[in-house]
Parts: sequence; structure tokens; C-alpha cells
Amino acid sequence: METIKLTINGVEVKVNRGTTVLEAAQAANIYIPTLCADPDLEPYGSCRLCVVEIEKIRGLPTACTTPATNGMVVHTETPAVNEVRRTSVDLLIANHPMDCLTCRQNQQCELQQVTAHLGITERRFPRTDQAFPVDTSNPFFDLDRNYCILCAKCVRTCDEITGINAIDLAFRGYSARVATFGDKPLIESTCKSCGECMVRCPVAALTPKETRRPIHEVKTTCPYCGVGCQMYLGIKDGQVITVRGDRDNEVNGGHLCVKGRFGIAEFVHHPERLTNPQIRKNGKLAETTWDRALDEAAARLGQYAPNEVAVIASAKCTNEENYVLQKLGRAVLGTQNIDHCARL
Amino acid sequence: MTFAEIQSRAKAEWAALEHGDKPRILIGSATCGRAAGAKAVLEATNAALAQHNLEANITEVGCIGPCYAEPLMDIIKPGRPRICYSQVTPEIVPWLIEDYIINDNPHSDLALGTIGDGSLDGIPRLFDLPMLKPQVRIALRNCGTIDPEEINQYIARDGYRGLVRALSMTPEEVIEEIKKSGLRGRGGAGFPTGMKWEFCRKSPGTVKYIICNADEGDPGAFMDRSLLEGDPHAVLEGMLISAYAIGATEGYIYIRAEYPLAIDRLKIALRQMTEYELLGDNILGSGLNFHLKIKEGAGAFVCGEETALMASIEGKRGMPRSRPPFPAQSGLWGKPTNINNVETWANVSAIMLRGTAWYASYGSDKNKGTKTFALAGKINRTGLIEVPLGISLKEIVYDIGDGIPDGKRFKAVQTGGPSGGCLPASQLERPVDYESLTEAGSIMGSGGMVVIDEDTCIVDVARYFLAFTQSESCGKCVPCRLGTKQMLNILENICQGKGKVEDIDLLLKVSQQIKAGSLCALGGTAPNPVLTTIRYFQDEYEAHIKEKRCPALVCPELISYYILADKCQGCGICLRACPTEAITGGKRMVHVIDQSKCNKCSTCLNVCPDRFGAVVKVSGEEIKVPKKPVPITVSKPDTYTQR
Amino acid sequence: MTETELKERLTEVLTHYTGQKNELIPVLQAAQEQFGYLPAEVMQEIARFLRISESTVYGVSTFYAQFKFQPTGKKKVRLCRGTACHVRGVSRILDEVEKQLGIKPGETTSDLEYSLETIACFGSCALAPVMVVGNNVYGRMTPKKVAPILDGTEQ
Ligand SMILES: Cc1cc2nc3c(=O)[nH]c(=O)nc-3n(C[C@H](O)[C@H](O)[C@H](O)COP(=O)(O)O)c2cc1C
Ligand code: SF4
Ligand code: SF4
Ligand code: SF4
Ligand code: FES
Repeated sequence: METIKLTINGVEVKVNRGTTVLEAAQAANIYIPTLCADPDLEPYGSCRLCVVEIEKIRGLPTACTTPATNGMVVHTETPAVNEVRRTSVDLLIANHPMDCLTCRQNQQCELQQVTAHLGITERRFPRTDQAFPVDTSNPFFDLDRNYCILCAKCVRTCDEITGINAIDLAFRGYSARVATFGDKPLIESTCKSCGECMVRCPVAALTPKETRRPIHEVKTTCPYCGVGCQMYLGIKDGQVITVRGDRDNEVNGGHLCVKGRFGIAEFVHHPERLTNPQIRKNGKLAETTWDRALDEAAARLGQYAPNEVAVIASAKCTNEENYVLQKLGRAVLGTQNIDHCARL
Repeated sequence: MTFAEIQSRAKAEWAALEHGDKPRILIGSATCGRAAGAKAVLEATNAALAQHNLEANITEVGCIGPCYAEPLMDIIKPGRPRICYSQVTPEIVPWLIEDYIINDNPHSDLALGTIGDGSLDGIPRLFDLPMLKPQVRIALRNCGTIDPEEINQYIARDGYRGLVRALSMTPEEVIEEIKKSGLRGRGGAGFPTGMKWEFCRKSPGTVKYIICNADEGDPGAFMDRSLLEGDPHAVLEGMLISAYAIGATEGYIYIRAEYPLAIDRLKIALRQMTEYELLGDNILGSGLNFHLKIKEGAGAFVCGEETALMASIEGKRGMPRSRPPFPAQSGLWGKPTNINNVETWANVSAIMLRGTAWYASYGSDKNKGTKTFALAGKINRTGLIEVPLGISLKEIVYDIGDGIPDGKRFKAVQTGGPSGGCLPASQLERPVDYESLTEAGSIMGSGGMVVIDEDTCIVDVARYFLAFTQSESCGKCVPCRLGTKQMLNILENICQGKGKVEDIDLLLKVSQQIKAGSLCALGGTAPNPVLTTIRYFQDEYEAHIKEKRCPALVCPELISYYILADKCQGCGICLRACPTEAITGGKRMVHVIDQSKCNKCSTCLNVCPDRFGAVVKVSGEEIKVPKKPVPITVSKPDTYTQR
Repeated sequence: MTETELKERLTEVLTHYTGQKNELIPVLQAAQEQFGYLPAEVMQEIARFLRISESTVYGVSTFYAQFKFQPTGKKKVRLCRGTACHVRGVSRILDEVEKQLGIKPGETTSDLEYSLETIACFGSCALAPVMVVGNNVYGRMTPKKVAPILDGTEQ
């Protein structure tokens, strides 16, 4: 791939052709505030916070949509640029609830971050707000449009990443909003509750119902299916309370489905969850050790002819586990009756 | 049939029509003509002809321009000049038929002027009249003269010869020719057309599109509608020429659904072009393939913006996107695309027919050719005009438009629609060209020109435009979606007398940031009406804010109605008419308006007999009137007893 | 209208289209022409026909002012809110129409006879103010002309 050189705030940056000015700045550790850019999504250019000055280009182009070109000279912090950013943020906070301390997104809110970055400490515009009812229909997360800044990350995610298109922008102008078909509650839409939209929402418009924050995180593989998504379990008081996809992992690139994202804490701590093997004796299940359970299984399987045995793998098995299981079936039990449940 | 054969047949037909022995009657039947009653005139004409057993060739033509004089009817008697009659009503039609067609009395009192060769005593030549003399017809060359539903009439007037000429040149030569003509886009921004074509031609790719922008969303603009209703082929020929020059094989006409007549006429035109092999594969045997589709808009002003327009054709929400990539690199369905305005295309066909030197002889240095304007508002002669660029605003308002009606004072002329600005009397000497209007804080825009008089409140006008852009903002980007809302709120407050002194500064500041920060030109130009009105009429803003006074007596919250004790005759008309029962009174009693109940509907002012003139409208002042109805003490005015 | 009737009429509309995504707006326009507005079931059926999501159909249809989601009256009364009409006092015509019909812009009379709408601009500015009833355009309107036009007794 062809590399090009550009100058950002006097620093020379080398990037591949096709990189945006924003990505080039990020590669050089130069901070440009953003609210609508996401590395997983196509450039959109709606929040106007990433405006920069580029020599020989008219006006204030947005870094997130402008491709870097060879020899480009970019300035990211000029008075003109900061005026526009400041006005955009002023306008957004005039249209946004101001209950930061009790907000679910407090300290994780990207609008807070850019407000701080720009040093805004007072409101310049009178409040403009529309009172939207909160959609709490989804069991795992809420949609509160009063906080929404219309970055469209959620609808773009549901289109570009999941392909579900359960939500889209509806109406236009000041009345524009994130909507399902016919403005029905999320739960009545085609939403699969994957929460991919929620994790990208920069503000508190899409937030999980679980509001506690973990003390530390543990990296693991999702136990639900064979894909092998990598995730971080957030732990507090010995309990799993949050789940976060691992962006750096090649298998899932941070994406998770509804089961991985919202189904783990509950089943891990479910009172009926089996934590030890059990053996049925006289119609009654009794707890036992792994060694005794395996011995028992081996002994019983040995009582059958090979074609009397079938092996069915669980959809929770990884590829490696599936391999080992079919090997057990073919090489040890000698059966060709091998299948996979492939559903959960 | 070869094109030469088509052409000679069309010319022969036209000659037969022009020099035939039947009278011809042309009725201006564009949407404006129809709104003024052209259909009734047509029916009356048919009836009158039938009554006298007369035969005539009736043609429904497009708009020749002077809409104020609609309905328009032209009569051409064999061997006589063409006479244009104005304000023709169904009642007048039988006279014209009897008196002129039968008895040869041309009724010069009803005639507006003669058109073309020949003259008649007592009737001026139409194009010598002050309203038409400064005009030059290039884009509108056929409007009002040919039947827009007859391709042969267009061809008879040298239509499609520009295309034939273009096909005999290389595409590069055609582009060079357009570049040399100095033609700039008539859709608003004035980008050089030839250059735009060149970018698109040079973009790699075999599939390319061209699009005709007929969205004409500016409130107050109707040039493109008139052109498409009056002479669709002039536009379509331009598109064919461009398709050849750029190497496009497919095109779209994006037209607003509010223009049903223009859409019908385009459909007819496309059908006729296909019959003559001017559309489809191997056009005129030249190897050029070109297919055209009509796409109807669905009511969104922002879809006039080119990237939004393309999104709309693709079936999406019409939201603009950032450039680069430019449409010429990646437009419709990611293919190189060239978009031009209706009028731009109509100029292209004229330039290819008559050459660049001819075209460039009109207009000024950087602004070649002509521009059409829709003249409307508080002006005597409303209508569609076409003038050489560089003409002054004054000539347009006073010579062509004949100034302001009812002896009122000129206040401002609004150019460029919601993206433009209001220019006051001090700017009237300004030449109308792209740079000069921008320098004055307005823009050329697509050609809407609305005249405002002293009875129009300038703050209300700014509020009106902001209300428009605010409701038409697509909502994608923050400065436009929320900034126009804030601006509108401030302007509404000022109009309601709730303005604060700081508001003017705040408006100026936000305006600058919205202009600088918006994604597309809708937001980028939305503050212009506010900026220009503050620039030229700050005192009027201040009157609203500091004195709670609307000098034009428009803003309802700032005006009051009073019944003058020395004029009221106690007739009770106003009392009965008041919708909110705010008026009390009685026989021979001075009537009184309860200010707390009055909703400023102005009914009392309108119904109070002129001879009494007892109701007054004021702003920022209080008139001393009785608190309660009191007996009338003054005698009846003389005028009353005299009548 | 029964559900089967609605389905049949929609199917007829859809036969004129090939089912490509970019036909969404023309299909919505044709459906609205057929039904007077866009019932939810119609939009859902269109989504299936074009193989796009229902929310996309909703997002697009709500973007454009032309599309209506409630039944509209037999006669559409539309007033121009264009600049020229504004300056020439269309708001007084609007007041009069509102008074005559008892509805506000965007509403329909309860007997489903009339709907009232305002339109950005009809492009007949030279004849401002302009009112359109059905397909008839009335220029140079005055409040007095409103009632006769609405009850069909105008000259
Ligand atoms: C909000 C907005 C509305 C526009 N509306 C129109 C329109 O109705 N007709 C038009 O020709 N151009 C319109 N334009 C300009 C077009 O984007 C584009 O510049 C033009 O069609 C190019 O054609 P031209 O080079 O022939 O002028 C609009 C631009 C904006 C930003
Ligand atoms: S949870 Fe998943 S499917 Fe549901 S709206 Fe969000 S991204 Fe779409
Ligand atoms: S809900 Fe969140 S992600 Fe979606 S548009 Fe609003 S702010 Fe953006
Ligand atoms: S400037 Fe306005 S119309 Fe243009 S993209 Fe932004 S919100 Fe949409
Ligand atoms: S991050 Fe670039 S415009 Fe929002």
C-alpha cells in the first residue's frame, strides 16, 4: 500500500493512502474531538467537532470525512476551528439534560469529555428541549431520546455492523429522532437486543439497565457458542456484572450477540446452575466428583456396540472441543453417528 | 427519417401555421396562467369560435413572462402582427373574437403589445415596453411562442441543431466551447459549467450519470417551472449535449412533485424524443446512447442540494454528505455524476446552436449571458424575466417591475431565497452578478426576487426565512439542526416583543458559526437573511427590542387597535364582526376594544366603513380612548351626510 | 376497506415495479396515490416487496413532507407559504380557511371531506397569494374568495 506524508500541527505523519485526516491525527497521538466518528463505521460528519483547517482547502473540512493526501498541511486547533466546535457543543448542551451527577453515563460520556476539552463552563444558549418518553421496553437497555445527540452511531451500527436495521432515523430537522418502524417500543421491533448500538452511544441515550460499574475485569472467551468471541467480564463483589467485547480480538473485533453481552452474568450466578457433575442413582441425582463421573460415563459407554452410540456436540463447544469430541466418537467409540446441535 | 428530413418537415409545418389562412390564438397556459384563469379563457374562446362558425388554430403555450397581466392571449390574424392581450377574461373573449377576428378592430385598449414583425397603430411593440426592453431571451427563447407539447415546433425554431453541431465535434471540443462561453451554473452557486463537465469527463469509469436539478425549492422562485412548462426540449437538448460531452449514458430529471404540469410536459417531450430517435440507443445515428428517467421529489427542500438529491434518487433519506468525494468523482451509486440546473441546460443548447461569441456578448466580464428571475412580492409587474447579467437591481425593480404598488415606499429586495438576503434601497445600483450580490451579503441564488415594501416587517421576513430553513433542515448536522432552532427562537421572541438587547450580538455570533460549521450549504447559507437584515435594518430590530415597536405594523404582539372616540359613529359593524367579542358598545355609543381580549385579527379595521375610519392600528404607542363605551358627542362627518 | 381489499389494491400498485431498493420513493408515492395516505400495513408490505427493513421505510417516508400517515380528506386544500405569498398576506387566507373548515394545517375534517395543508411554494408567486383545491390553482386570493371556492359556488 502506498504511504503518504502529511503535516498535522507541524508534525510530519506517515499513513497509508485511504486514511482519513482524523485517523492520521490519531496515529500521531494528536487529539481531535469527535462525537460521531467510530472506527467501525463509515465516516458520517454530523457532529462537526472534528473540523480542522487544511491549507489550500476552503472552509473548515471535517477530519473524519476528509481523506488525507500527500503534502496536506493540517491545523487542528485554530481559533476558527475552536469557535465552531464550541458553538456545536453549546448547541448540544442546550438541548441536553444537565443532570450529569446522576446520569448513567457520568464520566463515560463523550459529550462531557468534549465539553471539558473545550473548556466550556457556562451555557450560552437557552434550553431547547423536547420531552420524549423513555423506551424501557428492552430487558437489557433503555433508549432515552432526551439525551440523544443524533450522531446516528446506533442506526449506522444496526445497519453497517449487524445488518438488522431495527432502527433508523425518522422525521427530519429538529424533529429527527432514532425510531423503530412506526415508533413502536424496541421490544416490538425486529431488534435482536445485541446491544451493539448501546455500546457505541456516546451519551446516555442508550444505556444498559445494569448501572453498577465493575471494580476489575477478567478476560475470557464467551461460553455460549463455538465462535469464540473474546470478552472482558466486569467483576464487583465477586459477581460478574458487566460484559465488554474485546476490540483487539480478531475473532469478534469487540462485537457480541445478545447472549454474550447480556446473558452471562445471570447464568453464571443462577442458583440452579450446576457447578458439579451429578450421577443419577435410583432415579435421583446426586453430586459427585469429576473423576467418578467420567469413570461412570466411560463404563456405561463401554456396554454398547459402536453403532449403538451417537455423539451430539453442544453448540457451546469451540472448534477445538468439537474436534476432540468427533475424534472420541470415531476413534474411541468407533461410531459414525456424530452430529452437532447447532442451535441453542 | 434523418434529422434533416425531420427538420424540413417541422419547418414546413411551422411555416404553414404561421402563414396559413386561419387565425392563430395562443393562450398562456402555464401553471401561472391557469391559476389566473386560462382554462376558462380557452373554453370561452372555443365557444365564441363555435358560435361564429370560425376556425382558428389554438395553441396552449407556456409563459411569456408578464404574469401580472395574466391571463394572456395572443391573436395572430393572417397578414397581421401578433397581438398580445392581457388580463383576458371569459367575458372579454367574445368581443376580441367578434371585434378583431371578424370586424378587424384590434381593440388597442386591451392589447399589451405586438410581438415580432409588423406593427399596428396604437399598439406598442411588446419588446419596446419598459418591462421587456432590457430583457434578453436566451433560456426563455421559445416560452410563450411554441406549443411545449409539440417537438416539431421546437425543431422548427432550430431546436436540436445545437445537438447536431455538438455531435460533429469531439466531446473535448464541446467542453471547451462551454468553458469559453463563460456559462456558470444557474442553480445558485455559479460554478463554471464547462469545468464541472471536464472533471466528470476525466473521472475514471465507464458508467456515468447526468442529472437535471429541477427541484426548485426556493420559496419565491418559479423560473425552472416556467421553463419546463414552456419549452422542455431546450432543457432536454442541453442534457443530450452534456451526455455526449461527458460520456454519460443515463440521466435523471429530479423534479418536485408540486409541478404536475411540468412533469406531464416532460413526459410528453421524452416520448416524442424517443419517436425521433433523439433518446435511446444510437441517437441520430451518432453512436451516442442515452436514457432519461424522471424522478419526482417528495417534498424536501434540502433535496435540491446535490448529494441529498442523489441520496433521494437512490431511495434514501435526502441527507447531504460531506465532500470530497465530489459527485464528479463518486456520485449517484458511486459513479461519476454531473448535476446541473434546468436553466443551465437551456443555456447549453442555445450556446451550442449560436456559438460562444454570441453568448459571451451578453453579460459582464465574469458573468456572461443572461439570468432569469421570478419577480414577485410588492411590485407592480410580477412575472418571469430574463436579463443580461450585470443589469442593476434598480432597472429590474423600477424599469422592468414598475416599482411598488399603491404608492408605497420600497424597502428591500430579497434575492436568493432562504439562502440569500434583503438588500435595501442603498444597494439598488448594484449590478446583478454572482460576486456583487455576495459582496452585499446576499447571493444570486436560483433567481427568486421578492420585493418588500414599507408595510413588510423586516424582522418578520427574517423570521419567516429562518422558520423555513429550520423546518427544512435535514437534521443531520448539529449547527444547522440546533442552531437554526435557536436563531428562530430568538427571532420569534423579538417579534413578540420579548427580545433582549444582547440578542442581536448573539444572532450575529451564531450566524457566523452556523455558516462556518454546517455540513451543507443549506445550513451554510441559512443565516444570510438574518445577517443582511441586521446589516441593513438594525434600527428596525432595535425598535422591536428596545421600544417594543414594529414600525411596519406587522408583528401581532406589538400592535394594538383602537377605536377613535371622535370618529366612531356607533354603527356596531365592528362589534358584530369581532371574532373574540373584544368590542363593547351600543347605539350612539363610542365603541371600545378590550385590549386583553383582542387577538389582533384586524377585522375591525377592515370592516369599519372607510367614511368613518374610526379604527386605527398602532405600535409602540397608546392612544387615549375611553375605557368604557360613552355616548357619542361629535357630529357625523360631512362626508357621511353628503353621500 | 377490508384487509384483503387493501392487499389486492397494493399488489396491483406493486406490479408496476421491479422490486429494486431505489424504487422506494416512487412506490410510496404510488401507494399514497392509491390509498390517500400510507397505512402501516402498506409500508410493511412495501418493505417486504423491496427487501428492505421496515424501519428504513419509516425513516424515508417520514423524511419527506409529501407522505401522510393518517387518512386525508377527499378534497385537499393547500395554501402556499412561499415568500411572495407570505409578503402578500397568505396568513389571512389561511385564517379564513381555518375558520371555514374548522381545522388547522395538517388536519382533516371529521367527515373526511377536507384536509388542509401548507406547501413550501407552488411556484406561482406572481399570482400570490395562491390557494390550491384538488388540482385547481387559485391565484390572487382574498379572504372573501375563500368560502365560495370551498363550497363550489365560485365563478
Ligand atoms: C439546500 C439547497 C437547495 C438547493 N436547491 C436547488 C434547486 O432547487 N435547484 C437547483 O438547480 N439547484 C439547487 N441547489 C444547488 C445545487 O446543489 C447544485 O449546486 C446545482 O444544481 C448545480 O447546478 P448548476 O451548476 O447548473 O447551478 C441547492 C443547493 C442547496 C444547498
Ligand atoms: S440492539 Fe442490536 S439489533 Fe437492536 S437496535 Fe441495537 S444494534 Fe440493532
Ligand atoms: S441514541 Fe446514542 S448513538 Fe443513537 S443517535 Fe442518539 S446519541 Fe447517537
Ligand atoms: S446543513 Fe442542515 S441540511 Fe445541510 S446537512 Fe446539516 S442539517 Fe442537513
Ligand atoms: S466526528 Fe467528524 S463530524 Fe463528528
